Amino acid sequence: MLQRLLSKDLPRSRWLAALLVVLFLGLAFAPFLFPGVKALNVAAKILIFVALVTSFDLLLGYTGIVSFAHTMFFGIGAYGVAIGLSSVEEASWGALLLGVLGALVVSSVLSLLIGLFSLRVRAIFFAMITLAVASAFLTLASQLSDFTGGEDGLTFSVPELLAPGFELSETPLVTPFGEVNLNGKLITYYLVFLSVCAIFLTILRIVNSPFGRVLQAIRENDFRAEALGYRTVIYRTLSNVLSALFATLAGCLLAIWLRYNGPDTSLSFEIMLDILLIVVIGGMGTLYGALIGSVLFVLAQSYLQDLLRLAGEATAGIPVLPALLTPDRWLLWLGVLFVLSVYYFPTGIVGKLRERAVLGKLKGLK
Amino acid sequence: MTTFKDMDWKPMALVPVLALAALPAIGSPSTWLTLTVAGLAMGMIVFIIASGLTLVFGLMDVLNFGHGVFIALGAFVATTVLASMGSYTTSPSLWMNLLALLPAMLVAMAVAGALGLVFERFIIRPVYGMHLKQILITMGGMIIGEEMIKVIWGPEQIPLPLPEGLRGSLLLGDAAVEKYRIVAVLVGAAVFAAMVWTLNRTKVGLLIRAGVQDREMVESLGYRIKRLFVGVFVAGSALAGLGGVMWGLYQQTVTPQMGAQVNVLIFIVIIIGGLGSTLGALIGALLVGLMANYTGFLVPKVALFSNIALMVAILLWRPQGVYPVTSR
Repeated sequence: MLQRLLSKDLPRSRWLAALLVVLFLGLAFAPFLFPGVKALNVAAKILIFVALVTSFDLLLGYTGIVSFAHTMFFGIGAYGVAIGLSSVEEASWGALLLGVLGALVVSSVLSLLIGLFSLRVRAIFFAMITLAVASAFLTLASQLSDFTGGEDGLTFSVPELLAPGFELSETPLVTPFGEVNLNGKLITYYLVFLSVCAIFLTILRIVNSPFGRVLQAIRENDFRAEALGYRTVIYRTLSNVLSALFATLAGCLLAIWLRYNGPDTSLSFEIMLDILLIVVIGGMGTLYGALIGSVLFVLAQSYLQDLLRLAGEATAGIPVLPALLTPDRWLLWLGVLFVLSVYYFPTGIVGKLRERAVLGKLKGLK
Repeated sequence: MTTFKDMDWKPMALVPVLALAALPAIGSPSTWLTLTVAGLAMGMIVFIIASGLTLVFGLMDVLNFGHGVFIALGAFVATTVLASMGSYTTSPSLWMNLLALLPAMLVAMAVAGALGLVFERFIIRPVYGMHLKQILITMGGMIIGEEMIKVIWGPEQIPLPLPEGLRGSLLLGDAAVEKYRIVAVLVGAAVFAAMVWTLNRTKVGLLIRAGVQDREMVESLGYRIKRLFVGVFVAGSALAGLGGVMWGLYQQTVTPQMGAQVNVLIFIVIIIGGLGSTLGALIGALLVGLMANYTGFLVPKVALFSNIALMVAILLWRPQGVYPVTSR
C-alpha cells in the first residue's frame, strides 16, 4: 500500500525516512500542535511551497531545464481564483471552480506556446526567454488595474464553509498545547493539506513513470535520448506544461488561503529566487528534497529574520556589520547561501543523506 | 574580408524597414523623427552593454545572468564621481560637462572591469561547461551584487541629472531632438567602431573571432584561450559599466534593480542577434530600441511584449538569430 502510494520511490535512507515522517505528522496536525495565527500561516505557506517547489523540481531537477517563469504560472493560478471570486456578488463554489479552470487553461496554453517555441529553437534560450516573458507579465499584471487590481491587488471573500467566520462549534477545542478554534480557517488548512498531498503524490507518480525516466534521460544526455528515438522537444514541452499546471494549482491554493492576491504575493521575482534556492538546498531531482527544503526555508524566512535583526542590534557599534545584518539584507545572505550550496552542496540535503546510507551499507558488507 | 556581394545584407535592412514601417502608424513626421532618434540612442546604449555578453557567450559558451550587476555598478559609481565634480557639471559650457563625464565613464569602466575580474575568478571559473550551474551561480552572483550596491549606496533610487550643457533639445525642423541622445548615438558608434577595428584588424581580435568559431582549434595551435577569455570578460564588464552610466543618464535616475531590468532587454537583443555575433547584437539592439520607443508611444501598456513579439518573429525567420556564429 505505502509502496504503491509512493510509486516505489522510497526515501532510501533511515534518517531521511524518519525526518519525512516527522515533517508529515507535524504538518498534518499543525493546527493542534502549534495553535496560533502566525504558526498556522507558516504551516500553510510551507504546504503551498511544497506544491510549488515539487512542480518546479519536475522541470529543473528531472528535465534539467531552468525556467524563470514558474512564478508567472503560480500568479496565474492565484489571479484566476482572485478574479473568479471577486467578480461575483456572493462567493460561491461555482465561481471558485471557474477561476481555477480558467487559470489552468491560460497556463496550459501559455506554457505550451513558450515550450514549443523556445525549446524547439534551442534549449539554452529557454531560461532567457522565460525571464523576458515573466517580467513582461509582471508589468502587465500591475498595469491592467481594472482587471487585476494593479499594485493594490484584489481582496475577496471565499465560500462560506472556508470563511473564518464559519464556526464548527462555539467552544474552542482544548488541547495540551493550547486552545484551537474550530472554524473555516481550519477547514481551509485541511483543504490545502489534502490538495498538496494529492499534488505531491501525483508528481511522484509522474517522475517514476516511464515518461519520467525519459525526462531523466534527457537531463543526463539529450543527444543520446534523441538518438534512442525519443522526441526530446515533445517531452521537454510536456514537462513544462505539467509543471506549469501544478504551479497554477499551488497558486489557486495560495489565493484561497490568503483571500487576497497582488503582484508581490504571487508574481514577484523574489519568490522565483526562493523556489530556486529551495530546490538546490533540498536536492535537485528528488521530490523529498523539495519537501524538506520548503520546511527549512519557510521556517528560516519566518523566524530567522528576527534573529538577523537581533544580530544587527548586537553589532550596532561596529562600522560595517549593522548594514549587512538587517532583515532588509535578507536577500544578500540568501544569495551567498545559494552560491555556496551550488558549489559545495550540489546534491542537497537528500543527496547527502542518501550518500551516507549507501556508504553505511558498503561498510556493513565488508 | 568579404566583398559586398557575399554580405548577408537582409538583417541590416530590417532597421530602416522597421523605422519606415512605423512612419504611417505614427503619422506626424516630426514625432517620428524624435522617436527614431530616441530609439537609436537607446539601441546604441543597449548595444554597448550587450556586445560584451554576446562575445563572452560565443567565446566560452558561458551564459552570464549576472551581467546586470556591472550595469548597475557603473551607474552608481558615476553618480558618486559626478557628484564630486561639482562645478564641472553645473557649468553651462559643453566642454566642461564633457570633462566631467569622461572621468565618470572611465572610473565606472575601471570599477566594473575590476569586479568582472573577481566575478570571473570566483563565480564563473568553477562552472565552465555546465550550463545549468552557470545559470544558477551567475543568478546568485547577481543577487549578491545587487544587495551589496544597496549596502553601499542605499536601497533608494538616486537621481543622476545630466550635466547642464547636455540638457534640453535641438530643433531639427519641427522635431525636437534631445542633445543627450545625439551624444549617446555618437558614443555608441565610437564603441562599435573601436570594437570592429579590434576584432578585424588586430591579432587579439583575430584570435577572439577564431575562438568563437572553434575554440579547440585555437587551443591546439598553442594559444591560451582561457587567458583570452578573462580579457574578454573584463572588457565586456567594463563596457557594461559604461553602458550603465549611459543608461542612468538616459533615465536620469539609477536604482539597484536597474541591472535586472536592463538584463531582460539584453537577452532579447543577443537572441535576436545570434549568440556570439557583434554585428548581430548591434542590429538586435537598434531593433529593440526603435520598437520600444514606437510602441511606447503608440500602445504603452504592451511595450515589453512588443520586444518579445519581435524576437519571436525573428526566430521564426532565422532560428539561430540573424547572424549565427557558433556551431554549438
